[in-house]
Amino acid sequence: MNINALATDFQELNKLIKSSVEEDLVINNCMGQRYLGCGLSAGKLKIYGVPGNALGAYLDGAAITVHGNAQDSIGDTMNEGTIYIHGSCGDTPGYAMRGGKIFIKGNAGYRAGIHMKSYQDKSPVLIIGGDAGSFLGEYQAGGRIVVLGLNSNSKCPVGYFCGTGMHGGKIYLRCKELPSSLPDQVNASLASKEDLQEIEADIELFCREFGLAKGGILDHPFYVLTPNTKNPYRQMYVHC
Amino acid sequence: MSINYFYPEFEVIRDKEKCVHCGLCVSECANQVHSYKADGKQLTVDDAKCVNCHRCVCVCPSRALQIRKSNHNFKYNANWSRRTIMEIYSQAETGGVLLSSMGNPKDMPVYWDKILINASQVTNPSIDPLREPMETKVFLGSKPTAIQRDGKGKIINNMPPHIALDVPILFSAMSYGSISLNAHASLANAAVELGTCYNAGEGGLHEDFYRYRDNTIIQVASGRFGVHKGYLEAGAAIEIKMGQGAKPGIGGHLPGNKIVGDVSKTRMIPEGSDAISPAPHHDIYSIEDLRQLVYSLKEATDYKKPIIVKVAAVHNIASIASGIARSGADIIALDGFRGGTGAAPTRIRDNVGIPIELALASVDERLRQEGIRGNVSLIAGGSLRNSADVVKAIALGADAVYIATSALIALGCHLCRGCHSGTCNWGIATQNPALIARLDPEEGKQRLVNLVSAWTHEIKEMMGGMGINSIEALTGNRLMLRGIGLNSKELEVLGIMHAGE
Repeated sequence: MNINALATDFQELNKLIKSSVEEDLVINNCMGQRYLGCGLSAGKLKIYGVPGNALGAYLDGAAITVHGNAQDSIGDTMNEGTIYIHGSCGDTPGYAMRGGKIFIKGNAGYRAGIHMKSYQDKSPVLIIGGDAGSFLGEYQAGGRIVVLGLNSNSKCPVGYFCGTGMHGGKIYLRCKELPSSLPDQVNASLASKEDLQEIEADIELFCREFGLAKGGILDHPFYVLTPNTKNPYRQMYVHC
Repeated sequence: MSINYFYPEFEVIRDKEKCVHCGLCVSECANQVHSYKADGKQLTVDDAKCVNCHRCVCVCPSRALQIRKSNHNFKYNANWSRRTIMEIYSQAETGGVLLSSMGNPKDMPVYWDKILINASQVTNPSIDPLREPMETKVFLGSKPTAIQRDGKGKIINNMPPHIALDVPILFSAMSYGSISLNAHASLANAAVELGTCYNAGEGGLHEDFYRYRDNTIIQVASGRFGVHKGYLEAGAAIEIKMGQGAKPGIGGHLPGNKIVGDVSKTRMIPEGSDAISPAPHHDIYSIEDLRQLVYSLKEATDYKKPIIVKVAAVHNIASIASGIARSGADIIALDGFRGGTGAAPTRIRDNVGIPIELALASVDERLRQEGIRGNVSLIAGGSLRNSADVVKAIALGADAVYIATSALIALGCHLCRGCHSGTCNWGIATQNPALIARLDPEEGKQRLVNLVSAWTHEIKEMMGGMGINSIEALTGNRLMLRGIGLNSKELEVLGIMHAGE
């Protein structure tokens, strides 16, 4: 089903999406409507234009593709499903996501993958094709965040305070130089073959969706950031 | 001999004449205060391990035990108290941030105790609650601003979602993990029987508790633990925790050693991993951002659940509440600084925030002035200790109140403030199966039902005395209150007159 979103209120648009959850939906002329696909558990949603904040929040299995840029908080607290953005996105993509995959062709704003978790068989993936802003993977507790830095002008494709408070999961940075300063909670090393094998299948999905060559991406040094403890704040307290 | 060695704070006194050597004190004390000597017969105590929780005293069949505060102390000094000195020793030794539990124990003003309630005499006679129906039912949620009619003149039901409570008392948020499963079960079952709600806190919802749906408030906090679609739909309302009274501006942190078994499962994080809830929601920097979280939750639950925003009572609380009332939230929960059951950094707990009485009065007043009081219901929390506190809170502007410490005391908590140790002898703040088993959820439920029923009866008596037969008519009815021994500024903020006026 095709929906023309022009001059449609977000509540109305979401109602339409929810009522036809079993179908493949195409939304044209999307102009900043928020919460699209919120909590959606099945089906495919294709969006042309720019969806508003909180696209696919609490997503529970549906597949969302955006042909354009996206705004803040895509995939907030997502549990399952996939989100492809054929463009860039704003701040906090994948906030506290526990499962599912987010692929962003271009850049991401601040706090990408903050509080990302993993649990049992759920291990989320966030791949950012270009640069990521500051606070990438802050408080990360699980899952994998990959920043590829394709077409990036900087030596390292992330901003300040990368991985602050990290206590689980992995951050992959495709670059030859580490960020100028990393927080105490983070260990950095060059990615091993095993590290790269962990993300190979997802890089393949990324390349297939965005029409890129996998070889060109993986034939490049990657750094891997991991937490140096699961309990970063254990020593901070004394009881009285 | 270390500098910070100090004679224990409590002494366990055993009356050897009365002691029957049953050994119950040994088996009941998880802090291992009591033990047998090498001969296996004589009992001995290690006072230093005692937290004064009274478990041994309560179980001793011959009343042979008592715990006394040690009179060993520093030289008297009004400025440098024992507590102050001991805290310095402790921090000098470890370099750690002081952490403690169960609310602010300091001698801070309790305004409830300086407010008096009215009663009718001669004119506007009082109502006898034993004879007349007294309504304590409350509906929490946003009220529509206008009546809408369809083309035929029929009224359109534009009522936003509400939670209906038989009593104006809810159990405040305490997560599974911070308290035990049996404590949660007691609260949940009591909420069902009382026709009210308990709040599952920010630690997700245990699978056994999804059946309490209509009596559950689920929480979404900055860490988003255990939050998924099914969870959002599992409660009668969703509470966004922006702050809590015990630690305004500070996040939560459940240490990895408490993330075991079902707690890990419920929070949906691996065992042994710290559960860190940062101070801010990192996607909320403004009322507009808050509105976004409110609406994403409404969208995810088809606008069927009222959204509560819980904030700590802080200096600018009236402006903050005004913003929240415009964010699309249906209910605001205000948490005052004397409250709190969980672990909180001591300095924050004892020094940050303001009392609930002042916060509540100023919020209610501001929302009325701005004509948006109907946008939201108000729940007040932060140390409501009895039914009179509840009546005063409602008359100051609350639609309902949250209780937590009172509820834990009903379950057996003796306020020893050792929650962080994980060895709660009363089976409340522990995940040790042997200790949890001491709290019978059936008995716990009954004690909570008794407490709230008794309070409700007292509330009805007080309402009757005022000539009010519906609790909703008491909300914000400040003419029913008078201050005693308060200065004019305090009276002004509380919006009440002095006794005798």
